[in-house]
Amino acid sequence: MLAIVDYRAGNLTSVRRALDSLEIPCVITGDPKIITAAEGIIFPGVGAAGSAMHHLRQTGLDRVITEAVHQGRPVLGICLGCQIILDHSQENDTPTLGIIPGECIPFSPELKEENGESIRIPHMGWNRVELKQPCRLFDGVAPESEFYFVHTYYTRPEPEYIIGATYYGQEFCSVLGLGNLWAVQFHPEKSGRPGLKILQNFAAYCRETRHAQ
Amino acid sequence: MLSKRIIPCLDVRDGKLTKGIKFKGNVDIGDPVETARMYYEQGADEIVFYDITASSEHRGIMLKVVEEVAKTIFIPFSVGGGISTLEDMRAVIGAGAEKISVNSAAVKTPEIISQGAAAFGCQCVVVGMDVLKVTRTAEIPSGYEIVIHGGRKHMGIDALAWAKRVEELGAGELCINSIDADGTKDGYELHLTRLIVDNVNIPIIASGGAGNPQHMVDAVTTGGASAALIASIVHYGEYTITDLKKYMDGQGVKVRTVW
Repeated sequence: MLAIVDYRAGNLTSVRRALDSLEIPCVITGDPKIITAAEGIIFPGVGAAGSAMHHLRQTGLDRVITEAVHQGRPVLGICLGCQIILDHSQENDTPTLGIIPGECIPFSPELKEENGESIRIPHMGWNRVELKQPCRLFDGVAPESEFYFVHTYYTRPEPEYIIGATYYGQEFCSVLGLGNLWAVQFHPEKSGRPGLKILQNFAAYCRETRHAQ
Repeated sequence: MLSKRIIPCLDVRDGKLTKGIKFKGNVDIGDPVETARMYYEQGADEIVFYDITASSEHRGIMLKVVEEVAKTIFIPFSVGGGISTLEDMRAVIGAGAEKISVNSAAVKTPEIISQGAAAFGCQCVVVGMDVLKVTRTAEIPSGYEIVIHGGRKHMGIDALAWAKRVEELGAGELCINSIDADGTKDGYELHLTRLIVDNVNIPIIASGGAGNPQHMVDAVTTGGASAALIASIVHYGEYTITDLKKYMDGQGVKVRTVW
């Protein structure tokens, strides 16, 4: 069973529907006991860093997530859930979870795409991910696959945590991680088959980890 | 680099597709869910559903369609038509749509844009603009006017000024539909598209006039749009979305070619 963390940050049902289609058992929950007992944790989120952090602190889920990572439980952060594992977000000038060193900053409208056009903000649509380190979540995913992004801020972790990068007027970190924690800026649940494959790989890893314990 | 998006638009009335959509194979041509699945398989980057259900008692049917679509395709999709309140938006997003699109409701009550953006995030709010070319006046300096009711009602609002206002109000994306080009199959209104693209910073979807694959290339190069909306060019089986993407890729346009 995977736990999808409910912290009132956007619509979590799209992640559940994607897992349902893959027949991966999951539950949307804000209950620390269920989250802690799950084989793996998905930490999604759409919205602003400030209100997300406020809700996480109020409910104590900030500690639940941080402890789960430190105990080596498999965790997958998605979009906002990817950004707030860093130390700080310039969005609402918010201190965030601090699981991975780094900060989250906005795209500059001065940036130009490869065709010379100014970039549009948000970065909305399909883009590639170039892996900088091997990543088992991408097993069986063709390198030229694209993923659906929609975000105004991007993550800038310390270099050793960068797993994959994407080009949008500049190269930015789109996949980061540490041990059993992975975080993706794009939405695997909205990225067609390549995205579903990533969710499937994560679930498979969670099962293996559970059985190995 | 970000790919240019190809977005088929499906008109739905009382839960069924309205246009006499014809395909090769055995797709139930009236079923929006099956048609969405087919376009998903062909590589559509996003899908727009436009609900033209007239009676309010049948509106719940659209929500059922949205729920089914959300279980079937795993790409973003938006729903427009008849959305005029936050409750309408909440219902559609709750049923599984990624985005909602407002058009005439936004012209009548612009606050709906900022309210929607605050409640669901800017990325959820697409503003559709129906635009007609008119004589330049002091009131309409760009020579493009906002119209509603399919072009029958002139609003006395300059399209360029409206686009900037909509961006300020927090829209995540703008869909620019040229009433002059719509249905002509002569190509998108490139001058209008480029005018808006150069004056706002949010993504622009070009709409109206696609008749062949080169028109789509023009929309995203000369026009500078981030996405091209299409309807009859694929609904009547003339081209598949895969065909269109192959052509665009061949012309050097960055499109998503693996899915």
